Amino acid sequence: MMTDEQLAAIADHICPMFAIVDGKGRIMRVGPTLRKLRPDLKWEGRRFFRVFDLSRPRRVRSMEDLVNTAGSKLHLHFRDTPQTSLKGVLVPLPDGRGAIINLSFGISVLEAVRDYDLTSADFSPTDLTIEMLYLVEAKSAAMEASRQLNLRLQGAKIAAEEQAFTDTLTGLKNRRAMDHILERLITSGRDFALMHLDLDYFKQVNDTLGHAAGDAVLQHVARVMVDCTRQSDTVARVGGDEFVLIFNDLRDERQLQALAERLIREIEVPIPFGGKECKISASAGTTLSIWHDGTVSAARILNESDAALYAAKGAGRAQHCFYQKGMEQDVLEQHS
Amino acid sequence: MHGLINRAIQAFVTSTYGADRWKEVMDLAGLGFREFEAMLTYTDEQSNKMLQAMEQVLARPLPEMLEDMGTFLVSNPQVEALRRLLRFGGVNYVEFLHSLDDLPGRARLAVSDLYLPGLELFEQAPGQFELVCQPGLPGYANVMMGVLRAMADDYGDLVILEASGSQDGADVISITLVEREFAEGRSFDLGAHSL
Repeated sequence: MMTDEQLAAIADHICPMFAIVDGKGRIMRVGPTLRKLRPDLKWEGRRFFRVFDLSRPRRVRSMEDLVNTAGSKLHLHFRDTPQTSLKGVLVPLPDGRGAIINLSFGISVLEAVRDYDLTSADFSPTDLTIEMLYLVEAKSAAMEASRQLNLRLQGAKIAAEEQAFTDTLTGLKNRRAMDHILERLITSGRDFALMHLDLDYFKQVNDTLGHAAGDAVLQHVARVMVDCTRQSDTVARVGGDEFVLIFNDLRDERQLQALAERLIREIEVPIPFGGKECKISASAGTTLSIWHDGTVSAARILNESDAALYAAKGAGRAQHCFYQKGMEQDVLEQHS
Repeated sequence: MHGLINRAIQAFVTSTYGADRWKEVMDLAGLGFREFEAMLTYTDEQSNKMLQAMEQVLARPLPEMLEDMGTFLVSNPQVEALRRLLRFGGVNYVEFLHSLDDLPGRARLAVSDLYLPGLELFEQAPGQFELVCQPGLPGYANVMMGVLRAMADDYGDLVILEASGSQDGADVISITLVEREFAEGRSFDLGAHSL
């Protein structure tokens, strides 16, 4: 029959985290790697349950209970810190001489390697721990590279989408974005006001001072409109010198009138360009969603604001008009 | 060729010759982009154009540069992850050499679409080895030469490496281990990575 000593000599190489416990539950021998986890501990003679706390199976209190777990998976951890958790399996030794318990780190191996400064030499050559550490590290590196790629792609996607919804000259929303927002507002059933604004005398600036001056004017006007509106409002450039402003939850005509007047006033402030001054103005027409019963189409809303704008232009420019029933008729008649 | 390989070349050129030279290389290669993505795959034609442009712009023979790249991959702190993965191969240089047979398999475990040609180590006599690099990746043996040299330094061993021709289309590198633990190697701590 093999002695404990002979058994330990074999186990040292095959499973260096073993403990041999005698019939009374005292540790007789431990493997070199297990010893390395508590180098200052006097292992021999110490009670197994004083060193380790068994969390599963539950209600294992005596050595007899422990031996009865033979073959099943044990969950245990050190009683003192670091309380590294371990897995184990017990095999009884013949003639009631006690048992040999083999331990391993399980999933706690990543911290254990760090906490105890373990090296490849601490694991049996057939143990897959080193391969697992390799895999964890290789996969983390590969995952990080993938994550970086995803971030860059995400950034590129956002940039592409923003470009597609943004008027590149002014930074305002473009016609496409405005259509989207208008559709969404109508579907949501929220109240809003829509103002169609057109610059007056803009063509003269372009013709006399050139396109660069025209561009500067458009950029200036865009800033004015953004400054005069709330963050939740939409300002879109929908044509050369045409803009659409959508005001969420606004249904007060006086407020809208004041806003329109302020916009026109601000736009009329001469804009310096290359030593000269560009003088323009604006006309605007507004319609409100609350003037409609039930659902209204985007096309109808835009038509109404257009008609109101036309009326404002007809009233001598630099004016603001609200839409009134029948205005579309006037537009048609003047065109015919 | 896998993006990781292209990206490694990019990292080598950028860190050795500067970002401007890399731009010149990519502009000459005319691929329509200047940066390789590590996790995408590129055609061999694209990679070859880049390598040809590299030889022209940097005016150095390609095999020489690829060998330097192999050294760079192991010794540059930027790519520490790769050195660590190679060190998992063994506790000393000889064990590391024996682990090279597994290298293509290990690479595939980490990145499933990363193909590396086979490597086979023959021990001719104690301390005398031949590494056969199977064909499939142009310049593979050059890069491996640089890797082997840098890994010897990493373990602190003194070795002599020589390209000793080819057998059946496979390049052969002969390795002579002159002295073990000739110098203090770099430390390798299993649990050093940050998770």
